[in-house]
Amino acid sequence: MTDFRAEHRAIDWASGEIGARIRRRNRAQLRLRLVGMAAIGFAFAMLATLVGSLLWTGTRAFRQTHVAIEVHYDAGILNPDNLQRGNYRAILGATMQALFPDLPDSALRKATAILSNGAQFMVRDRIVADPALLGQRISLRVPVSDPYDQLHKGLIDRETPEEFRRLKDDEIALWDRLEAAGAVSAPLNWGLITNADSRFPELAGLRGALMGSFWALLTCFVLSFPIGIGAAIYLEEFAPKNRTSDFIEVNINNLAAVPSVVFGLLGLAVFLNWLGLPRSAPFVGGMVLALMTLPTIIIATRAALKAVPPSIREAALGLGASRQQVVFHHVLPLAMPGILTGTIIGLAQALGETAPLLLIGMNAFVTAAPGSPFDPSTALPTQIFIWADSPERGFVSRTSAAILVLLMFLVAMNALAIYLRNRFERKW
Amino acid sequence: MTTAAFMILLAGTVGAYLLNRHAAEQIRNRGARLHSLAGFHGLYGALLVAVPTLVVVLVWLLVEGAVIDRLVMSGLPAAALDGLGAGERQLILSEITQLAGGRQFGQPQPWVLEAAARMVRLRLASDVLLVATVLALGGGMAVLAWRRVSPDFRARQQAERIVNGLMVFCSTIAIFTTVGIVASLVFETGRFLAMIPWTEFLLGTRWEPQMAIRADQIAAQGSFGVIPVFLGTMVITVVALVVAVPVGLFSAIYLNEFASPRTRRMVKPVLEILAGVPTVVYGFFAVLTIAPALREFGAATGLPIAPNTALAAGLVMGVMLIPFISSFTDDALTAVPRSLRDGALALGATRAETVMNVLFPAAIPGIVGGILLAVSRAVGETMIVVMAAGLIAKLTLNPLDSVTTVTVQIVTLLIGDTAFDSPKTLAAFALGMLLFVVTLAINVLALRIVRKYREIYD
Repeated sequence: MTDFRAEHRAIDWASGEIGARIRRRNRAQLRLRLVGMAAIGFAFAMLATLVGSLLWTGTRAFRQTHVAIEVHYDAGILNPDNLQRGNYRAILGATMQALFPDLPDSALRKATAILSNGAQFMVRDRIVADPALLGQRISLRVPVSDPYDQLHKGLIDRETPEEFRRLKDDEIALWDRLEAAGAVSAPLNWGLITNADSRFPELAGLRGALMGSFWALLTCFVLSFPIGIGAAIYLEEFAPKNRTSDFIEVNINNLAAVPSVVFGLLGLAVFLNWLGLPRSAPFVGGMVLALMTLPTIIIATRAALKAVPPSIREAALGLGASRQQVVFHHVLPLAMPGILTGTIIGLAQALGETAPLLLIGMNAFVTAAPGSPFDPSTALPTQIFIWADSPERGFVSRTSAAILVLLMFLVAMNALAIYLRNRFERKW
Repeated sequence: MTTAAFMILLAGTVGAYLLNRHAAEQIRNRGARLHSLAGFHGLYGALLVAVPTLVVVLVWLLVEGAVIDRLVMSGLPAAALDGLGAGERQLILSEITQLAGGRQFGQPQPWVLEAAARMVRLRLASDVLLVATVLALGGGMAVLAWRRVSPDFRARQQAERIVNGLMVFCSTIAIFTTVGIVASLVFETGRFLAMIPWTEFLLGTRWEPQMAIRADQIAAQGSFGVIPVFLGTMVITVVALVVAVPVGLFSAIYLNEFASPRTRRMVKPVLEILAGVPTVVYGFFAVLTIAPALREFGAATGLPIAPNTALAAGLVMGVMLIPFISSFTDDALTAVPRSLRDGALALGATRAETVMNVLFPAAIPGIVGGILLAVSRAVGETMIVVMAAGLIAKLTLNPLDSVTTVTVQIVTLLIGDTAFDSPKTLAAFALGMLLFVVTLAINVLALRIVRKYREIYD
């Protein structure tokens, strides 16, 4: 003991050696803090880069360059009995001729290429809707084709040597003349939401994808919400504690960890191949998503049921309610805010799910929005995948814009979930 | 017609409810004492109508299409299908279906027209039969329920038994899903292994699933060795973990030990956002921003970075996994009892020493479990790699090179039209089986580690 005490006394806490040691230890602590801050900084920087690059490229697609043209529905070109099949290319050619009267015929084709490929259909639809226009002149704003859209948005560098540029000098000169004439404008791109998919970026929109996602999510909700609640009520309130219910629980927890692409394989093999359900249908997509969302809803519902205090159950039982009456009349309504929160979060996950939808063919090229859940269609995330794979430059900004739309929906759903939780959830 | 069937079902259910409740109320009004409330009699009637009829309608709709297709195909003249493969039969069937839907292209053969007409007739017959069945079954059940209404009938118990049965059914859906996954994977993998020996699949070092579709095409004989694909998955997973583990660990340690509660409240939700971003968005981010940046970096430094390098996919996947690792670490650190922390601090340890020497070792089982779950996420992650990783399987461990993964191969083999008789399609199911088994094994292992090595402090 004495030795120990002697040794103990030998430490001189004020000595330089001890001071250096403490400084060293404090420096080590500071290093750990800095590393931790750097780690958080890295995560934040990645998130900022992600959002920033999407905003940077995506906001461009919210405007679409248009050019104002004056169309003459020439009675000499169009057959009034068959307006559907007129030579609208020739009409557009004549329009461009009027804009550039000095151009030779060979250059006129380049001038017509300024207009979107869909311009002829817009011109056609206008007169099909109102045949009285025949022989008249109207002014129309039509989208321009992708290269000129890029040029107008400043994405094509005029300084690049001509042979590496998508637009040659004479084409740019034509464009500058249009711009000088005040024919060019870039209004908000409503087509992004109101058009369905198209091969041409200037015409492609998200309508089909939005409808497809809507039908798929509706199917997913209709299936997974009642089934999930039923399963959760049974497991939480009624199931005897035996091997069967343990087995069910293990199953549910495992399903929550199965990779999503495996659910796609299930859908492909069982729903499409064995049951012969239609390919690319949002209904089938919704069924697969429902199987994936089910564990989330069950787990959230069980947590919400568990949070209702036993005194509620005992009071209801004491007044003579049956066990099912207790659950359906008292416990379930009290647990509903928590259940809805979990369901919305599950649906938000389902909205962003891509891989299983690819496997059941929801990456089809469909130019019409689906009218029912059984029509072929895409969904928002698969549309993003298709556009990301398209070679045209214009699809880059459209992909980012589609992602921004998807993220907007996700933020809205999560905000709703948080609102429900804060507004209605009770603390007991 | 299907809508009509559902409307009848709905009307029948509501009708049976009202009918039975009314009948029960009348008995009560006559002065008899009912065993159950009138509402329960109504509920019993509604359930008795709704459940069996709904089951019949759903089963009918599920099998209707397949049965009609089969009937139409078997009714074709025998000569028409001679020597045709499954793909060609499928084409004929879709032509008939198009015709039956009123879309005619070109001049079909007369027997095709006839088959289309037969398909239309069969569909109409099926619809009429369905509505008739719904009417008969629903009506029969309604009458059955109505005749049971009596003062002594224990309607509450009966109705609750049905509700209970429904809930049991709901909770077995999870089992059916697992069974469905396992059955489809095992079945298709079995067919694959009947064509390709399992030794070649598991031990082969070449993965070239592109094979001749027609006999006269010149193409490589497909080879299905899974090792390069699996190696590629490992490379990307390791890159992802190299990013996610340190960042997740140190951010959790900082938040848990050094950050003020206010910082914590602000930083944690932002980290959680990273977990909520859909993977297709990460994939596009990798293609749009990370891959070009890496390419420029490679050009500037002379490193041989491939255009779709494993680094891009792995890096972005790592970012996706940060909140995963961070929240598991956070939970594990918080679970260490206060007394250990206080003890270490009281002995004069700095906060950093307390974390690294006391809390961290105690939390290791939880952290390792979290990392394993992250591995299983990374192995099963699909969209990031489909968009940012390569398609060609190379036997390499170099993360600068382009590699492919199990999930990429599943998706590329199955995208577009698929025929269920070529090894190319079935290979995707074999890969899916492998993926399912590996991720399941990792998950089970992770849970066991967490359970087994967790110190019990109470």
